Amino acid sequence: MTDPIDRGSLDDQAGEAGLTRRELIAGAVGALGGAVLAARPAQAGGQSTRSVQPTGQAPPVTAGPAVPGDPTRLLGTPTSAVGVRSPFVGAVRTPVGEVTGVSYAPLQDLTGTITPADLHFERHHAGVPALDPERHTLLVHGLVERALEFSLNDLKRFPQVTRACFVECSGNGRSPFREPKPETTPQKVAGMLSNSEWTGTPLRLLLDEVGARPQAKWILAEGNDACLLARSIPMEKALNDALVVWAQNGEPLRPEQGYPMRLLLPGWEGNTNVKWLRRLELGVRPWMTRWETAKYTDPLPDSTSRQFSFEMDAKSVITAPAYPQVITKGWWPVSGVAWSGRGRIARVDVSTDAGATWRAAKLQAPVLSKALVRFTHQWEWDGRETILFSRATDETGYVQPTRKALLAVRGIGTDYHFNPIYGWTVKADGRVFFQGDT
Amino acid sequence: MRHPCCLGAVSAVLVLAACGDGPAMSGAEPARRYGLGRTAAQEEITARNVAVGPGGEGLPAGSGSVAEGAMIYARKCASCHGTKGEGIAPAYPAIVGRDPGTEHFAFSKDWKAPRTIGNYWPYATTVFDYVRRAMPHAAPGSLTDNEVYAVTAWLLAANQVIAADARLDAKSLAAVKMPYQGRFVPDNRRGGRGLK
Repeated sequence: MTDPIDRGSLDDQAGEAGLTRRELIAGAVGALGGAVLAARPAQAGGQSTRSVQPTGQAPPVTAGPAVPGDPTRLLGTPTSAVGVRSPFVGAVRTPVGEVTGVSYAPLQDLTGTITPADLHFERHHAGVPALDPERHTLLVHGLVERALEFSLNDLKRFPQVTRACFVECSGNGRSPFREPKPETTPQKVAGMLSNSEWTGTPLRLLLDEVGARPQAKWILAEGNDACLLARSIPMEKALNDALVVWAQNGEPLRPEQGYPMRLLLPGWEGNTNVKWLRRLELGVRPWMTRWETAKYTDPLPDSTSRQFSFEMDAKSVITAPAYPQVITKGWWPVSGVAWSGRGRIARVDVSTDAGATWRAAKLQAPVLSKALVRFTHQWEWDGRETILFSRATDETGYVQPTRKALLAVRGIGTDYHFNPIYGWTVKADGRVFFQGDT
Repeated sequence: MRHPCCLGAVSAVLVLAACGDGPAMSGAEPARRYGLGRTAAQEEITARNVAVGPGGEGLPAGSGSVAEGAMIYARKCASCHGTKGEGIAPAYPAIVGRDPGTEHFAFSKDWKAPRTIGNYWPYATTVFDYVRRAMPHAAPGSLTDNEVYAVTAWLLAANQVIAADARLDAKSLAAVKMPYQGRFVPDNRRGGRGLK
């Protein structure tokens, strides 16, 4: 590991004063950072070695939140009921201020694989409803032996499952697919994507409870929002890995994620994961709701439109380096996320030379089915212009395609399921721009 | 009552019937029942079930004409969707339109071509279902069933799917065939090598 501070000068100072390593670093930074030293408490004087945090960074040149020059000489704040992010952290979604709107997750600000619940992307068609968990129930009826209504407390008494799972809107990446622009952040490229640890009841247990009849082939899932959003779900998925979840990342669902309960269909397009779930009706064929006919269907070049295109195909995106970062020569982790609605990610290949060569990136364990996996590839930038790419392969052998390949089989007007390889151009001056024309 | 969250008249009854009286739906494991949930009364189901199927399943009694729909549309829909359903860009796309240039279902080639009810939607019942669920956007659930029939009739007539003097009820709406129903195909993607 390379020390961010020049060791030669530190060794010189150590010889004179016999200081500890922590104090050495602090002192060295203080010596470098006149602005920080000037801001420290007066009593520290010129003798203190506790003047600044050992960050190893140059002093800030822009005004930030107010903090003491020497935090070790002031008591901190007391405990709090609910934690808040550091004022230095600016990770936010991108609300558009409309109830039919969307708000993207800040992928460039996230690490690992779990999306903090309050940064999980939002998409809803009639706003976030205010639901009382004591009054909200889930009605299961139709082709059943006995129609039942389940309260939140009822659901919690069934055997539970907790699993990690991504949710991605199938419209994710529409604008960068149709009109790729260099000034596009990871948030705008792929921010209708999030990953959580969900807890809930397997839907098949509820179907056993009501006694699903063998004729039942489809289930209508309906939300308790102002558009009563409804999707038809095949019985096979309901019996496979579908969950009715009430918790996310260890806490109850957030209202914008479906509080008090939502459907979770691992690997399937976000819209089918019906939030604020109030009704499941078992029937023999799909209902052909607006969200599975007028919307969420994919026009194809042969003048047809693909319907019930549920699975999200394998995809990956580098989240750093990315626009609007500016990098310098030397070592950088090329870091990003990959996922597949059909199972586990088998490998992610990264190219740092504009696609001339590819190398397998390191996948962060555990690699879970239908969940985000973090990949990294340590890269030394030599200062020459290049393009970074990532390419995911899932356990079915499916390989993330180029945009040109997608255009060839689906056309520019296809409306959902955009999973092209994405690139990031690194200019010779270190500026990074989105390269979506792959 | 549109969003009946709690109907007090229904008593909480725990169902404690023995296991095995229903079909096993979970594969190898026999179906187990935990006796959770409460029996849903028929009136409760009826009140909550607003779904309409493509064969007209679930369509309510009542009717509405194109002429009646024109008046309701002008009063309650046009402010967002435009006086003729042409939409107000970019938030409200066109819902009416049979432009000859977009009559070939070639949307894959032109993402700016408007997909209207007439040139895209495969089922007429979806119009009724969606309007009843979600429209008008700022006052969902406020239309009577007759008004929903009427607005549906106007939208279908404006899209040249039914006659301008038509009246729709459960039977006639279920009989409406949309121009492009046959263009919708099942998903043929299966993962693995190859791109579809």
